[in-house]
Amino acid sequence: MPLIEIDHVSHVYGDASGRVVLREVTVTLDEHRIGIIGANGSGKSTFIRLLNGLVMPTQGTVRIDGLDTRTHAKDVRRNVGFCFTNPDSQIVMPTVREDVAFGLLRRHTPRPEVDRRVTELLVAFDLIDYADHPAHLLSGGQKQLLALASILVTEPALLVLDEPTTLLDLRNARQVHSVVDALPQQVVLVSHHLDLLEAFDRVLVFDDGRIACDDSPQRAIDYYRHLMS
Amino acid sequence: MNSLGMYLPGHSWLHRLPAGVKLSALLLAGVATLFLRAPWQVAAALAVIAVGYASARIPARLAWNQARPLVWALAFLAAFHLLTNGWTKAVMVVGVILVLVLLAGLLMLTTRTSDIVAAIVTASRPLARLGVDPERVGLLLALGIRSVPVIVGLATEVREAQRARGLTTSARAFAVPLLVRSLRHADALGDALIARGAED
Repeated sequence: MPLIEIDHVSHVYGDASGRVVLREVTVTLDEHRIGIIGANGSGKSTFIRLLNGLVMPTQGTVRIDGLDTRTHAKDVRRNVGFCFTNPDSQIVMPTVREDVAFGLLRRHTPRPEVDRRVTELLVAFDLIDYADHPAHLLSGGQKQLLALASILVTEPALLVLDEPTTLLDLRNARQVHSVVDALPQQVVLVSHHLDLLEAFDRVLVFDDGRIACDDSPQRAIDYYRHLMS
Repeated sequence: MNSLGMYLPGHSWLHRLPAGVKLSALLLAGVATLFLRAPWQVAAALAVIAVGYASARIPARLAWNQARPLVWALAFLAAFHLLTNGWTKAVMVVGVILVLVLLAGLLMLTTRTSDIVAAIVTASRPLARLGVDPERVGLLLALGIRSVPVIVGLATEVREAQRARGLTTSARAFAVPLLVRSLRHADALGDALIARGAED
């Protein structure tokens, strides 16, 4: 598993508000399944954006497998896949097959290899019948599966997911979750669906830019429920 | 439904033709329309295009979809020229626009976007000497095509929200939220591109 090291990280919005979103966060993560929960605005989304260099810390350092996101952002991103809440913002190519192929083509992977890996993933994610369909015509659940397939095709060692089931109904949420569950990769998942985190190895609760609780899923979820009550 | 990105898989000679050849043909055809002088020439061009659609086995409904969004604009143009310049000019103007739109539609329906992008990247390579990044040109094109249905979707959502609140005629109530949502989408898309290795 990649080693995630967050060392005294603070982050302040660069806008006029100057709001502090993360305060002196220090944590080391090497578990297979890591859950993140917290209220809106608690800093959890900013925290996970640190993990692939989408957000740079105002203070402190973030290292993934020893690589500092500030100095090795491209190398880190090659190893860290990131799935956003809204798949429409993540799908960058017009058709399903083209979108899955995007990451590989950017890395100049030979075309036969691209075709083989894309087809494998489309079959695995039950999207092969839609391969040449416009991506925007897929259902919400299919779009999120497409977004996942598009990330996994480049075989990242760590997968970071920012509330991937928030916009989905229960059936689609469970489908996406069962796909994530079966992945061999290390996963960091932000979710408001607390039941999805029960089988995780470790759960962090964010509150006001700090890690307020870092414990087993049951204890962390109990803490979060108490915090919200 | 917008035709952009509506590739129709197939094995016809038009599907098999390299994207670069089809793009060049489209460019040449566009130039050639400047030399059309008589309605029979426009009719002949439309007939050739119809043969193209038929040989690519594209259903009539999809062919019609290429021109459908322009029907009202074409009707207005036709009426205007009929009143001011006579029927010959009306047929020529509307016919040439139809020729160009149907040809572009034929290209989109028989060519994967990634192939079009690859052809444009190849064609842009000489511009690298002037500091233009051909890969970025191709990405820009693909993103443009991908963003059309997203923006159409956003516009529909905004219009529905407008109707729900009884603001059916306010242009400002439509334009402002659409602009804000479009900018947010662009921002999120930028993050996604970085996360997916667009900088590689």
